[in-house]
Amino acid sequence: MTKKVQVSATVNGETVDFLCEPWQSLLDVLREELHLTGAKEGCNNGNCGACSVLLDGAPVNSCLVLAVEAEGAEITTVEGIAQNGQLHPLQQCFLEGAALQCGICTPGFLVTAKALLDQNPNPTEEQIRFELAGNLCRCTGYDKIIKAVLAAAKNLQEAN
Amino acid sequence: MKPFDYTAPSTIADAVSLLSQHNGEARVLAGGTDILVQLREGLREAGIVIDVKKIAELRALDCCSTSGLTLGASTPCAEIYGNADVCTAYPALTDAARIIGGWQIQSRASIGGNLCNASPAADSIPALIALNAVALVAGPNGQREIPVADFCTAPGRNALAAGELLVCLQFPAPSAKSSSAYQRFIPRNEMDIAVVGVGSWLQLDESGQTILSARVALGAVAPTPVFAAEASDWLAGKPATEDTYRQAGELARKSASPISDMRGTAEYRVHLVGVLTQRTLAKAVQRAVAQRAAG
Amino acid sequence: MAAGSDQKKYKVIGTRPIRPDGADKVTGRAIYGADVQLSGLVHGKILRSPHAHAKIKSVDVSAALQAAGVLAVVTGADFPELKDKIAQLGEGAVNLAYLSGNLLARDKVLYKGHAVAAVAARTANQAEEALKKIRVEYEPLPAVTWVLDAMQDDAPLLHDDIHTDSMGNQSEKPSNISTHLHFETGDVGQGFKQADVVIEREFKTASVHQGYIEPHVATALWNTDGRLKIWTSTQGSFTARQQTAELLQIPVSQVTVVPCEIGGGFGGKISVYLEPVAALLSRKCGRPVKMTMTREACFEATGPTPGSYMRVKIGATKEGKIVAGEAYLAYDAGAYPGGMIGPGCMCVFSCYEFPNAVVDGYDVMLNKPKTQAYRAPGATHAALACETIIDELAEKLKLDPIEFRLMNAAQEGTRRVDGPVYPRVGLIECLEAAKASEHYQSSLKGPNRGRGVAAGFWFNIGLKSAATANVNADGCVTLLEGSTDIGGSRASIAMQLAETLGIAAEDVHPAVVDTDSVGYTDVTGGSRVTFATGMAVYQVGRKIRAQMMERAAELWEVDAASVSEADGVYSSGEHSLPFKELAVKLHEIGGPIVGSASVNPQGSSNGFGVQIADVEVDPETGKVSVLRYTVIQDAGQAIHPSYVEGQMQGGAVQGIGWALNEEYFYGDDGQMKNASFLDYRMPTALDVPMIETIIVEVPNPEHPFGVRGVGETPIVPPVAAMANAVYAATGVRMRDIPMSPPKLWKALAEKESS
Repeated sequence: MTKKVQVSATVNGETVDFLCEPWQSLLDVLREELHLTGAKEGCNNGNCGACSVLLDGAPVNSCLVLAVEAEGAEITTVEGIAQNGQLHPLQQCFLEGAALQCGICTPGFLVTAKALLDQNPNPTEEQIRFELAGNLCRCTGYDKIIKAVLAAAKNLQEAN
Repeated sequence: MKPFDYTAPSTIADAVSLLSQHNGEARVLAGGTDILVQLREGLREAGIVIDVKKIAELRALDCCSTSGLTLGASTPCAEIYGNADVCTAYPALTDAARIIGGWQIQSRASIGGNLCNASPAADSIPALIALNAVALVAGPNGQREIPVADFCTAPGRNALAAGELLVCLQFPAPSAKSSSAYQRFIPRNEMDIAVVGVGSWLQLDESGQTILSARVALGAVAPTPVFAAEASDWLAGKPATEDTYRQAGELARKSASPISDMRGTAEYRVHLVGVLTQRTLAKAVQRAVAQRAAG
Repeated sequence: MAAGSDQKKYKVIGTRPIRPDGADKVTGRAIYGADVQLSGLVHGKILRSPHAHAKIKSVDVSAALQAAGVLAVVTGADFPELKDKIAQLGEGAVNLAYLSGNLLARDKVLYKGHAVAAVAARTANQAEEALKKIRVEYEPLPAVTWVLDAMQDDAPLLHDDIHTDSMGNQSEKPSNISTHLHFETGDVGQGFKQADVVIEREFKTASVHQGYIEPHVATALWNTDGRLKIWTSTQGSFTARQQTAELLQIPVSQVTVVPCEIGGGFGGKISVYLEPVAALLSRKCGRPVKMTMTREACFEATGPTPGSYMRVKIGATKEGKIVAGEAYLAYDAGAYPGGMIGPGCMCVFSCYEFPNAVVDGYDVMLNKPKTQAYRAPGATHAALACETIIDELAEKLKLDPIEFRLMNAAQEGTRRVDGPVYPRVGLIECLEAAKASEHYQSSLKGPNRGRGVAAGFWFNIGLKSAATANVNADGCVTLLEGSTDIGGSRASIAMQLAETLGIAAEDVHPAVVDTDSVGYTDVTGGSRVTFATGMAVYQVGRKIRAQMMERAAELWEVDAASVSEADGVYSSGEHSLPFKELAVKLHEIGGPIVGSASVNPQGSSNGFGVQIADVEVDPETGKVSVLRYTVIQDAGQAIHPSYVEGQMQGGAVQGIGWALNEEYFYGDDGQMKNASFLDYRMPTALDVPMIETIIVEVPNPEHPFGVRGVGETPIVPPVAAMANAVYAATGVRMRDIPMSPPKLWKALAEKESS
């Protein structure tokens, strides 16, 4: 039998302590222990991106991170993207541009797109398609998602 | 999944002693993008997982124009291609790092892990072989070096002895007028396993017209990634022309002994070796020439 | 862009408000099936067959029952005896023994991944570990996974109690062919005699999966009072309730299904898989049991759409008139009877006037998971055959492919081969819009590039829908509906009620509620929700309007007949108040205003579409890149154009995936080799361009706002359009789908050498 491990991390700006099994995934702990169910399990092996979160600013598949690895790390989930009750421009553009249908992939897309805009505020369509290729969407054909990211980039640039 | 313990040593010595202590029961965790899937699917088992990302030497990314590149075994792909010096000096490496999985995978997956996982279709290994990289390994009896070309021994198996740990990969300093490229063929444009992958490195002469020496390596066409010796040797002294690349492609095909599976038939794979050898050589020459112009 | 005629002026319809469930879905707050948390929740997992076909000799669960954390184990024997019990489940009669056998096998496993037993334990990991302790003794049998092989007399037989039903006659010997369908119109022999050009071709398609990103999930609580409550991600909460009640042989009112948000379905989340199993586990352990499927199980044990073999022949005169068609379609049904052959037969010639036609269809069982609907089920296969032959005919006749289609296009009065005569339909308008489009008018230059077009048809059904609306004290309206929202239907339904009432879309607050809280509503499928549930809320709106007028008369102390309403403003003489203000006053003086309605429209609303694909083929690798893509479709009347476009774009990209790379790879052992998103290659964002859309609006006379369903038609033309484009680029006709790089490269090499 393995023993549970205590982990301290910063999740969406708040310090949290949790107990986890050493073999548990970060996705599992976010959803089951911390009740942050925004990150979704689509495949549990890193091929769909629905569980994407930011780990110290980098997008990762939380199904392929052990929760114990989060010790001391800063994690942002989709729940942490809106600030002070204000939607992030990406979220607003996804809504206005109808960039979601069933919505199950949306958290992963938002998280990855946020990482992209944080790093490259003015990406081309091709760059967006490349960086979002790890996020599968089966409903939209991607058209409105790519347009929403382009629109959000534009809005962010104009706001700055 | 069968439960396992976790530990994260901060020194190579501690990691090596943990590996010896849990002989056969321990698995090394770098980015986890292969091992966690394998543990979950029961393809491998572990009593304990040893996270090596807290060991400074395994997180190295030292790129120097005289001594070459030292790449820590657990340094993630995104960090590698995020380094402009590495992109310039070792483009085959960053070509590969840029296409292993999606961004989320690249934030975690390491070249060391890709190598140790020893998949015949691993994207980084043909690039490493082409770039003549050497693996530095630490074990209970000290350190030793293994050329990457000899590192993989069978699908999923590598040359590490019990208790040994891959510390870093060492790349020779880039010579003048040299460059490299890695390309793979996949049915989609991303998120796929290579049907065939080819890494090419070459050095041009002063004029930029003639290939002084070259190294071509192939992935997904044999139980392990292979160095295409015949093609590589033949390229020395040949003019840097499309016809040369095509002929080199023909020779490289001789080094391929693929199987037919759902990703492609043996016939198709052999054909792709020719196509990708030709394309990567052309790309490497183009880069070498551009570098010369810029330099 | 919208083209069409008889455009009415609407205030709400045709606008693009933000969807009512949007905020929850971009902040991670929306509760999908896997997000359900309940007090005392435990976890269930399923043991699946490692064999493609085997007798189950014994199942020993004793060691699993002793394993850490285990609370209950169930096997097929825990289902009630259902032999020869037939139930009407919306889409026709279903033999319940087959349905329950698919959920937990009894005597035989019929495909790799077939469920055999289930365990509930305190944690999901404990349940998984306990599965390893279940001892199943199998006697492996030969397996068959290709439809033509399964039709042979000496093929391994899946069910010894199923005989071929051929137009009501039963075959003497048991067979893997469960049904032979036959449709005929005119005199085919005479028809082909009139033809100057006849083309006959064979086609093969591999099985493909719906590929929803959310795996199947269900949570069940069998309470101490005997009531069963189920939280699930389903396309139809009422049909899930009915299937569960029938399988467990309990009254339907004993079951409540709470529909959670659903992460995609495309037809694959109509049949139950986990719900009744979770219920059985819950009854045994007295705790709520949550079950989630792995992605591997989704591929190996749910969906897919049929693999198919087709042979189709079409004849035309030199003037370009189609005179006859003949189709032989064999679709696999998976492990149990009842696949998608019916709609395949009805759709194969559905886009054109065929004075003489004959269609034979075969429903064939083999060792794959039971096939399920996938967006216009059966039609994409058939369109591949018909539309690529149409393309060849046009080329032979030296006619523009759109022109040739226009010369033969189905229109009002055209009789389909299976009998129905079309009312007003919009294929001609779609073809005209395609022809006039900037895309079609542009020239495509460069080597190895080509353009293809194809048309497609889907029925779009009506069926049962119910809705209730409450007028609140502030004048806003709460709308309760039973249609689960997969792609923005809360918006399109609320907008139709808002339009009917003359209020703003934002003033209608829709909620998808459980099966105890609204009238029976059929599945979200068949492209029916915006059409049929829209009709229901139109009637709800009219009822509320009538009450408002009556009550306004009381308020104003005038004759009820003197009250009128226009654009949401109620008037009588000098009195005049808009809906919201009137509602506030009415609330102060009387009882609540509530409207309810149920509808059950029959027949189909007939959706047609045309698609244009530009591709480039890498001649050295056989890889196809999509350069440009346009989807043209008749929506009747687009309620929320963004979500109409979204359906068109999403369906087209699924079809592009189907055309190029998606397929089930089977080994000689009958096992699927690529049950993951890594090796089952659905398009990524990098694999497709922007998908252009042209919404054509030829209003449906059967709907108050002219709506036709739009969800399914977009996946019908793409495979054919891509095949036609690849031909234009390379001169090679690909009739073995998908046109994956190894296959296309081989075909190019063969063309080169011949």
